[in-house]
Amino acid sequence: MATAEKTSKGLSPDTLKEFLREMLLIRRFEEKVEERFRAGELPGFLHVAIGQEAVAVGVCRALEDDDIIASTHRAHGHTLAKGTHPNALMAELYGKVEGCSRGYGGSMHLYDVENGNMGANAVVGGGLPAIVGAALAYKLRGEPRVALAFFGDGATNIGTFHEALNLAQLWKVPAVFVCENNHYAESTPAHQQLPIEDLTKRAEAFGMTAMTVDGQDVEVVYRTALEATSHAREGRGPVFLLAETFRLTGHYIGDPQVYRPKEEIRELRRTQDPLDRLRATLDVPDDEWDAMEREIAELVDGSVEFAKNGTDPEPQDALKNIYAE
Amino acid sequence: MPEITYREAVRDAMSEAMRRDGDVFIMGEDIAEMGGSMGVTQGMLQEFGPERVRNTPISEMAIVGAGVGAAMAGMRPIVEIMYQDFTTLAMEQLVNQAAKHRYMSGGQLKVPLTVRTQGGAGWSPGAQHAQQLEAWFVHVPGLKVVFPSTPEDVRGLLFRSIYDDNPVVFFEHRTLYGIKGEVPAEIEPIELGQGRIHREGEDVTVVATGRLVHEALAAAADAEKDGISVEVFDPRTLLPLDEEGLVSSVKKTNRCVVAHEAIVRMGFGAEVAALVQERAFDYLDAPVERVGARFSPLPFAPVMEAYVIPHEEDVLAAIKRTVGRNGNG
Repeated sequence: MATAEKTSKGLSPDTLKEFLREMLLIRRFEEKVEERFRAGELPGFLHVAIGQEAVAVGVCRALEDDDIIASTHRAHGHTLAKGTHPNALMAELYGKVEGCSRGYGGSMHLYDVENGNMGANAVVGGGLPAIVGAALAYKLRGEPRVALAFFGDGATNIGTFHEALNLAQLWKVPAVFVCENNHYAESTPAHQQLPIEDLTKRAEAFGMTAMTVDGQDVEVVYRTALEATSHAREGRGPVFLLAETFRLTGHYIGDPQVYRPKEEIRELRRTQDPLDRLRATLDVPDDEWDAMEREIAELVDGSVEFAKNGTDPEPQDALKNIYAE
Repeated sequence: MPEITYREAVRDAMSEAMRRDGDVFIMGEDIAEMGGSMGVTQGMLQEFGPERVRNTPISEMAIVGAGVGAAMAGMRPIVEIMYQDFTTLAMEQLVNQAAKHRYMSGGQLKVPLTVRTQGGAGWSPGAQHAQQLEAWFVHVPGLKVVFPSTPEDVRGLLFRSIYDDNPVVFFEHRTLYGIKGEVPAEIEPIELGQGRIHREGEDVTVVATGRLVHEALAAAADAEKDGISVEVFDPRTLLPLDEEGLVSSVKKTNRCVVAHEAIVRMGFGAEVAALVQERAFDYLDAPVERVGARFSPLPFAPVMEAYVIPHEEDVLAAIKRTVGRNGNG
């Protein structure tokens, strides 16, 4: 995996093209997941993050290799952006031994400890306290590492959010809390679940540094995330990073979105697709774009092939990994 | 052998682990200057400093969850939850997070976290400060559950729990903190899953936990006056459970009473009764008797509280019921 230049200055076109490629990989991977789910090949409950790719890529590119993340039920993008190979991710979605969680987790519980993914959590807000604890461990051991949690706007209503941010700020641990505000908690729009509009006020109430970013602009996300992680890494305390973003599809695959005007989705797809926005900025020629598409289609198709040829666990393997020896 | 209190034994185990190992630290409410609401951590702040003896906000979810994260990041945290009634506030973190990360990750992670808590009635705190909730946790794969009844056991088991690579919920009984007992000069870790026969007997096995171990020993002494020989078996850890030790004791005595302070209905005793009928049915001369609290919240007024929770005489009555039956039922 190519490495972005770790700078908060303007990024070179080459680096931005790497970002674009990664976002395209996430997009095409998730479209393939939707397709295979509808074909009846994928068990379980799947949530795609189509429209939110710039947050995953911008944030994860600002992290160092040994920084860690905790993710959410909408975790495919974060997982790929943190370095998990599409093969290992797809194999997990097919429930194979070669999967990144060895078939024990599934889409909502993606882990890749070697790549710093400490787990996607299917309990909203459930992973936030552990990020505080991991950051505390780094602080106690004097390691210059950052622990980062992704979560949605809906999670800012749950107790773990408030308790975790309070403790993180109190102890000044190197944690970053990335709120992906896609304006819906499952089906419930912001005005039915949030009494305030500006969610940074929730972090500021704890005395925490808060930043807001256009989550559809990957360069801005990257630069702000780098500022946030540097702040935390240098011992200046945790940061709340609010990324305003948009989910261009339903809460889960198959969600008819009866709660959302069709016009809203059409308009967002027209104006807020992070891939379109970056491609327009970069002015990528058609032949270059087509080559990128071909390369990614091959990678994604290859991941399906890999997953289908993967090893099924033995049923009785269900009783392994409950306890460490 | 030196004699120390149960409270000192808990402190000894933690302090010794913290002296040996920089990865061990403790966090909880009022544990630093105050030394814990039960006085268990007294003096530890002075020895280890505020980074390793961390006072926390009243924030059970975050404290347990931070313990989970620190454990996954390579530390061996000890979390103190002041009253086990308050573990209910951290249930999500214990049940969905601590217990599941290893499993959901397919074995990539381990969570060497020890959550200590205490409870127990007999001092009229009412309904929210003395419950015995250990059975809730025994139902959760991925957790270990320990409930020692003597200074020696609490020291050896806590020391071992801190070094276990799994999340351990460690129950202490409030009314036992002051009891004294002999302990080895050096800490001897006790493996989880090994019961202890406190007293050998021939006629009936009393399987007891926590305070009820002591009630059972008193009942056994009384029963002896009537010529009844009682064996008292303390499993010490509920998960893993020393099934072999328990079953072989019942096979020897042919009768079983199970006694705990927690509510009888759906309690740990129900599992013991099921286990005994599955593995020793043909050896039984009487139905398994269960002793525990009545199905009620804990009341405030002392006379009502005493009515709800079990005592020595309840254990004795159960012993007599079992031996009162002959082998033909």
